[in-house]
Amino acid sequence: MSQPETISVVLRVNGFDYPVAIEQGRNLLGVIRTEIGLTGTKEGCDDCECGACMVLLDGQPVNSCSFLAVQAQGRAITTVEGLMPADEMHPLQRNILEEGGVQCGFCTPGMLISASALLSRNPAPTDEDVRIGLSGNLCRCTGYTKIVAAVQRTAAEHRG
Amino acid sequence: MSFFIAHTVHDALTALSDGARPVAGGSDLVVGARHGKAPLPPHLVAIDRIAELREVHHTDSGVIIGALVTHHDIEMHALLTTSYAGLADGSALVGSPSTRNVGTLGGNVMNASPAMDTGSPLLVLGAEVELQSLRGTRRLGIAELWTGPGRTCAEPDELCVAVHLPAPAPNSNSAYLRLEYRRAMEIAVVGAAAAVTLAADGSISAVRVALTAVAPTIIEVVGLVGGTVADVAAAAAAAASEQATPISDQRASDRYRRHTVGVMAGRAVQAAARRAGGEMIPVPLNRAVGIGAAS
Ligand SMILES: Cc1cc2nc3c(=O)[nH]c(=O)nc-3n(C[C@H](O)[C@H](O)[C@H](O)COP(=O)(O)OP(=O)(O)OC[C@H]3O[C@@H](n4cnc5c(N)ncnc54)[C@H](O)[C@@H]3O)c2cc1C
Repeated sequence: MSQPETISVVLRVNGFDYPVAIEQGRNLLGVIRTEIGLTGTKEGCDDCECGACMVLLDGQPVNSCSFLAVQAQGRAITTVEGLMPADEMHPLQRNILEEGGVQCGFCTPGMLISASALLSRNPAPTDEDVRIGLSGNLCRCTGYTKIVAAVQRTAAEHRG
Repeated sequence: MSFFIAHTVHDALTALSDGARPVAGGSDLVVGARHGKAPLPPHLVAIDRIAELREVHHTDSGVIIGALVTHHDIEMHALLTTSYAGLADGSALVGSPSTRNVGTLGGNVMNASPAMDTGSPLLVLGAEVELQSLRGTRRLGIAELWTGPGRTCAEPDELCVAVHLPAPAPNSNSAYLRLEYRRAMEIAVVGAAAAVTLAADGSISAVRVALTAVAPTIIEVVGLVGGTVADVAAAAAAAASEQATPISDQRASDRYRRHTVGVMAGRAVQAAARRAGGEMIPVPLNRAVGIGAAS
């Protein structure tokens, strides 16, 4: 049996270049988790509905479950691990813990990615803006209120 | 199997003429393929990095929206959210921030779903699509493009490069509303767009209405004439319900769709008239007045 054909590409994830040989149809999520070994980004629905797989592509949120990995070459990919340098917590991470916005934690990486994209676009969001900004991220535990509070606390801290 | 990233229109057209299929944001193509709706085409050309197709040009005769302009670009665009508000109402409803960030106008139009949210606004705004291939360029009215659910009259080697919208007449504006069961991540149960022009006395002198998710393609309501806003809204509602040919599926029955599309059409006429009269109703209209409004 012939091996599936692969394409060699370099993916830039969190500032590091990763050369990978992948099939044309591979999703970015799978390559990030399996080839590159960063497992913070989660697979939930595999259908762009739940947002657990959210990463930043050139600073904008993208559902990595349904984005072709080969199409991400040459672009800056940021996963939850890359929000801050190793061992430091992003203010959003600290605040989502302190506000009680994490229960099972499965949605948290995607929430953090969407929230960071929102705050870089809109440093002073209304609660409605936050809910719209997180509308592609499902959480089955918290009821969202504490996640919204964590985003608002981060925005307020940043404004000083 | 091949994958090619095009940086110019010419590169993309060459790849298409060699049999590749275009992928822009992939939010229909890749999502559909992962679902087994249709296998991923073996030869793909990524067109999302063709910078010249990512621009909105304002000209004397109207606006030219590049095929790669995203729903996010549209919902943020100063001119489109005011003078072409119905289109921005549609784009601002698409999926989530990430869907709007990757999803393009060209992809929405060429995917030709009868539930596509930019379809009925583009139709009432008099949109034309510009298709280009190595053989040449042609422009056609957007209604001619759609031939069935998921089908267009474009040849496989043709790339949609832009959507052209004529300059709106004075005292005119547009609006799009969709029925949804939740406030985000929805597909239109039904939807309706209206474009109206007001006469000096505040009555409607010209009106176009188009309907979403009630026929194999986006359709235009025929036979509407001017009159008072209330009369035109009522006539549009009745005509929309009569001319719709909806199906029943897990989302709604045909009877429910037939009824509610009339409600949406009447409300779209009223909102378009308010905007044409100078009232600022923010985009998306759904959030301001529609199903799922905040208050
Ligand atoms: C979670 C989710 C929610 C969504 N919600 C909505 C919604 O609310 N409303 C709505 O209308 N849509 C919705 N969509 C569908 C989709 O996001 C839009 O239709 C989007 O505009 C498609 O653009 P794209 O660039 O991603 O297209 P792609 O997937 O890249 O392409 C779609 C099709 O068009 C072809 N194509 C793309 N660009 C061109 C071009 N320039 N010339 C010729 N052919 C081309 C491709 O070959 C493919 O067949 C949703 C999708 C997802 C995943």
